[in-house]
Amino acid sequence: MSTRTLISPAQLARPRGKAVYRIVLALVVAGFTLVFLGPLYWLVAGGFKDAQEVIQTPPTLVPHSFTPENYSRAWEVMDLAKLLGNTLYYAFGALAFQLVLDVAAAYSLSRLRPVLGKAILGLMLATLMIPATVLLVPQYLTVLDVPVVERNLLNTPWAIWLPSVTNAFNIFLLKRFFDSIPRELLDAASMDGAGPTRVLWSVVLPISRPILGVVSIFAIVGVWKDFLWPMLTLPDPAMQTLNVGIYSLSTGVPVNVLIAALTIASVPTLLIFLVFQRNIMSGLTAGGVKG
Amino acid sequence: MAATGLTPSKAGPSRPSAPREAAPAPPGGAFARALRRNLTAHAFLIGAVLCFAVFSWYPMVREFFLAFQTTENGEVSWVGLDNLATVFNDPAFWQAWRNTLLFTVLALLLGFAVPFLVAIVINEFHHAQGYLRLLVYLPVMLPPVASVLLFQYLYDPGYGLLNELLRLLHLPEQQWLQDPDLSMLSIVVASTWMNMGGATLIYLAALQGIPGELYEAAELDGAGLLRKIWHVTIPQTRLVLSLMLLMQVIATMQVFVEPFLLTGGAGPEGSTTTVVYLIYQYAFNFNDYGAAAALGLLLLVLLAGFSAAYVRLSRAQDE
Repeated sequence: MSTRTLISPAQLARPRGKAVYRIVLALVVAGFTLVFLGPLYWLVAGGFKDAQEVIQTPPTLVPHSFTPENYSRAWEVMDLAKLLGNTLYYAFGALAFQLVLDVAAAYSLSRLRPVLGKAILGLMLATLMIPATVLLVPQYLTVLDVPVVERNLLNTPWAIWLPSVTNAFNIFLLKRFFDSIPRELLDAASMDGAGPTRVLWSVVLPISRPILGVVSIFAIVGVWKDFLWPMLTLPDPAMQTLNVGIYSLSTGVPVNVLIAALTIASVPTLLIFLVFQRNIMSGLTAGGVKG
Repeated sequence: MAATGLTPSKAGPSRPSAPREAAPAPPGGAFARALRRNLTAHAFLIGAVLCFAVFSWYPMVREFFLAFQTTENGEVSWVGLDNLATVFNDPAFWQAWRNTLLFTVLALLLGFAVPFLVAIVINEFHHAQGYLRLLVYLPVMLPPVASVLLFQYLYDPGYGLLNELLRLLHLPEQQWLQDPDLSMLSIVVASTWMNMGGATLIYLAALQGIPGELYEAAELDGAGLLRKIWHVTIPQTRLVLSLMLLMQVIATMQVFVEPFLLTGGAGPEGSTTTVVYLIYQYAFNFNDYGAAAALGLLLLVLLAGFSAAYVRLSRAQDE
């Protein structure tokens, strides 16, 4: 039932083949667990050690001085509740902006097809060719003084939200999906007198749930993982994200408290991953390389 | 020729055809209708277009201007190639390029080869595939600060786990991040651990698309394991491999976060100063936006070739 791979099934069926397969499988599973979960275990365990034990040599495999207070101290000292709240606010705000503006744009480019639509799509996709770090400085200067409206967006959530809309890859993924929706479905709706907004809302969006899920997860994770941009545009400690806040406080707290803070910071995205792993992985391979 | 297939399949984008007005035609002539249709369509586009204009297209243009300008006390003046000269004469310039190249080469040796091998291994198993995939992708989901500071803890010369392992094996301890010869390699190892999940899953998907008969045919010709990899696996995944190679070159040449967090950017004896870190320093430590833009332009020119190749190849893949 499974497809044929490198090693022939005949070879695997032999007693010796079976034994080798089992041994290699066990070794690989153990090795991978050690390499990928080991550091995470070390992180969680380090958070339970007291200030002395966490820096002692040789290190202890299991925390002897069980001090779960580190976690509550990290929560208070680094004001993680605020950092977490900020990051959630930026992430879901960016998600809302991307869902509304990018979906509308992709729908227009795919289905309404205005004059100059092709040129606009081309210009959007062209931004994918420019390395992100090259635009860092001019983008930062733009945030300091937005042309025409002459506003300084430094230390405001807009500095995260508005640039997040310029995600040409999301627009491309959405447009490609909208392109694949059968015409009959949309025509039937317009026959019934539904305008473009209505068609988008009650026909296109319900069909597009899978791609909307993928785009949403990547939008949130993107903000959650970003470091340099929020460090530059949200320097005010009261406005910082989890990444930047922990980094800027990292040298001022004891090692065990810092480690506890890192553990706490890792929990939300790991939860998202465990819950949505199927969507994330399929989205990755659907749009990962094709572009 | 309009896409009128009744297949409700979502596979393969249908050729988009010009939209038609649905039956009860709105009042007004053809021109009025076309105008209204375009106005609606542009209304849907305007939000995203404004964001692109302000935060993408305008900065792209501005990057070119900045590279040849200087700003003093709010006074903008053209300086020709002065900024480029400043950048070229900076003693850190060549070192930054050498370091970036070293990072790219190391990251390709590790970050390109390891995920491919891991994908080949995972693909052979009939058990535990889901678990292994989950493990490999787990670090990708961690906030970078958490993984990077975790590695700093593992690399610590005193109480770090890595040196403890070396002690157990009776090997000499290392200074890791503090050793100018090892610092870049240490960063690459951390970076590979953090980022290899995405590439591994993409390779895995490509491997699963290889027809099994090809392996059977190779076996009939008496090919062993390595020859099967060389003559079947690699040619069959060539396109994905080349795309990922280009993508990794583009990404690793822009490395910033890992050295910035692990070694403070410059590292011991400047051994981890990268090009993007230099850009960052010009702009945000020395307030020299002109030099930052000039160096950015050099990076852009260098990477443009890779980007163009990537676009070409991915078009080939779509066909």
